[in-house]
Amino acid sequence: MRFGARLALAVTALAALATACGVPQDSGSPSHPAVDCGPYARYGKHPGAEVTVYAENRDREADLFEETWADFAYCTGIDVQYEGDGEFETQIQLRVDGGSAPDVAFFPQPGLLERFARAGKLKPASAGVVALAKQGWSADWNSYATVDGTLYGTPLVANVKSFVWYSPKFFRDRGLSVPRTWSELMAVTEKVAASGVKPWCAGVESAEATGWPVTDWIEDVLLRQQGTDVYDRWVAHKIPFNDPRVIKAMDTVGSILKNDRYANGGFGPARSMASISFQEAGTPVLSGDCAMHRQASFYADMWPKGTEIGPDKDVYAFLLPGADPADRPVLGGGVFTAVFADRPEVRAFQEYLASADFANARMKKGPFVSANRGVDPANAATPVDRLSIRLLQDPGTQFRFDGSDLMPASVGAGTFWKGAVDWIGGASTRQVADSVERSWPSH
Amino acid sequence: MSFDAFAQQPKLLYLLQGVAAFAAVVSLILLALHRGPVRSRAAALLLLAPALLLLTVGLLLPGLRTLALSFTENGGDSWAGFDNYVWMVTDPRALVALRNTLAWVVLVPSLATSVGLLYAAAVVRSRFRAFALLLVLTPMAISFVGAGVVWKFVYAYRPAEAGQIGLLNQLVVAFGGEPRQWLVDSPWNVLFLVVVMVWTQAGFAAVLLAGAIRAVPGELTEAARLDGASPRQIFWRITMPSIRPTLLVVVLAQAIGTFKAFDIVKTMTGGQFGTGVIAHEMYDQAFRYGETGRGAALAVLLFVLVTPFVAHQVRAQRRAA
Repeated sequence: MRFGARLALAVTALAALATACGVPQDSGSPSHPAVDCGPYARYGKHPGAEVTVYAENRDREADLFEETWADFAYCTGIDVQYEGDGEFETQIQLRVDGGSAPDVAFFPQPGLLERFARAGKLKPASAGVVALAKQGWSADWNSYATVDGTLYGTPLVANVKSFVWYSPKFFRDRGLSVPRTWSELMAVTEKVAASGVKPWCAGVESAEATGWPVTDWIEDVLLRQQGTDVYDRWVAHKIPFNDPRVIKAMDTVGSILKNDRYANGGFGPARSMASISFQEAGTPVLSGDCAMHRQASFYADMWPKGTEIGPDKDVYAFLLPGADPADRPVLGGGVFTAVFADRPEVRAFQEYLASADFANARMKKGPFVSANRGVDPANAATPVDRLSIRLLQDPGTQFRFDGSDLMPASVGAGTFWKGAVDWIGGASTRQVADSVERSWPSH
Repeated sequence: MSFDAFAQQPKLLYLLQGVAAFAAVVSLILLALHRGPVRSRAAALLLLAPALLLLTVGLLLPGLRTLALSFTENGGDSWAGFDNYVWMVTDPRALVALRNTLAWVVLVPSLATSVGLLYAAAVVRSRFRAFALLLVLTPMAISFVGAGVVWKFVYAYRPAEAGQIGLLNQLVVAFGGEPRQWLVDSPWNVLFLVVVMVWTQAGFAAVLLAGAIRAVPGELTEAARLDGASPRQIFWRITMPSIRPTLLVVVLAQAIGTFKAFDIVKTMTGGQFGTGVIAHEMYDQAFRYGETGRGAALAVLLFVLVTPFVAHQVRAQRRAA
């Protein structure tokens, strides 16, 4: 009897709890005053429909995404369920294998997207998305999410990686000017080193992705020394990883990053960079303990709170120069949307994400760069974002995608990253390049 | 993101169906046992059937599938013969993982058990025995991931000119040394990861061994003392032989756990700087690089390596029972 009574109590309590939690949330209508649904009419009405989105962005980035598509969701009636997961790259495979693929996924690497496209898991882009892709992005950008001639996705985010962050005040105080060529860059480097300050800051620690900032450096220099053609062939493994031209690019990077006179400012000997996270590595620029930090446009978010960005503010960035001032090779990365489901509401959402409207709306909310031709640089949140968009929209820019993101994952996210760390730790260029070449999958 | 009972309804329905199905199966079995001819062998089989079914679906079939996958490549698209196994014993990265796993399996059980034994022997006669054991058991309450994060801070590196944030380097600097990149410098970094595992596991050994030491009959040690044996002699000649079965159980349990070491490596170094172990390499190959075949081959290897330990453990337990 006592047990029965307790059980009954527990069940009642649970039921009460469930009802309390189940009280319908305010359904949103009163909190959406005066949304102009006109621009969203073309996506149709999908009352009661739900679209699940799976991506790696969490916290603030995730909130900004959700805020951006809130009006779309309200006007079309689609309930967009967003899930951000720091382990996206490994978990997406488990989700798909386990039969619970999301409707929409944001792929940070084209190579990963290609794997799912080849396995027949992704749905090819609809005619509407194809049209938007042609209109919005260059053929180059569209090629990254194209597998065997079929377009699967569109770029959602773009990063410009070839930036060198610096302190305008530090440069002004020492009479340095922003270098326009590689030799000017090396002259600035030497001048700063001669004054007793290590010119370069670098940190490559990034948990299991440790090493990627070094691979970006190597890709950037290869692109500058050998041009886009050699770069493309190297990424596609049509020339070996340890080609002499690649060795030369690595040695050039090594002359900076493996040189204790030039690196690692604020953190000691060059090899200390393996222990310093890439997020905190740039802070000595602010204290004048190093002059330059080569890091992507998204580094804007990683400066300490209150750091102002601009040509005459605390920090600013210039494009890593090429051999002559007219050269504008830009290394970049991006995130791509692709869909696992073929329902009308999923298609509508994919088309919305592919539109310039989405990119412009997202830019107004905070730091964000898109390579869409339709975005207005005036909407950019920071001067570096504006510069990035101008570079991406400039037809004179020779844009190339991050090579390690395009290589097979066991190289691009495996042996190349690990090799880069060994290399910083003292292994020879030849040794590292040979071992990465040997690790290239034969199939 | 509140719990909406209505939206969760399908899941609740599945749950209900599951419970109903379970009840139905159990009642069917009981009914059959009650009504049917009572022959013990058939009855045992019937009672075992659900467990066997679950083992088949949840363990045997996935195990066989893993074995099959280990002979394929491209995510199971084409046969690879023994390529994945050849890769495993020739690829420098895989070899590093094998070497490290060997180091872990030798070091963790022996260190954790000896530290635990010394601690247990030291506190077992003390008045504060319970408190002392509680202290050493506390790290076990922390998950491996938590332990990894805590120790990552202990090992944190800052160059000499900057302020130290890591305990270990602060000590080194305080004694006039140069700070070291503990987690980066290979092969010593493997030892620094092993220390973390030992830290979490020594308490388990200490508690079990303290129990065993207390169970040694007092007359035995008393008699030895009267015969003029020194404390050291009593420990090695009386206590050690008496607690040997427990010692073996502790060492084997530690060894089995160590083979599967994954969390500490993943949180502290992500397998970088030559610190990978088999379980971590398996995860990387299968899930990060999409090399399902290689991952499966490593899983099979892990299974083969653990089997003798598990078999021995089962036999020991059966003997004890």
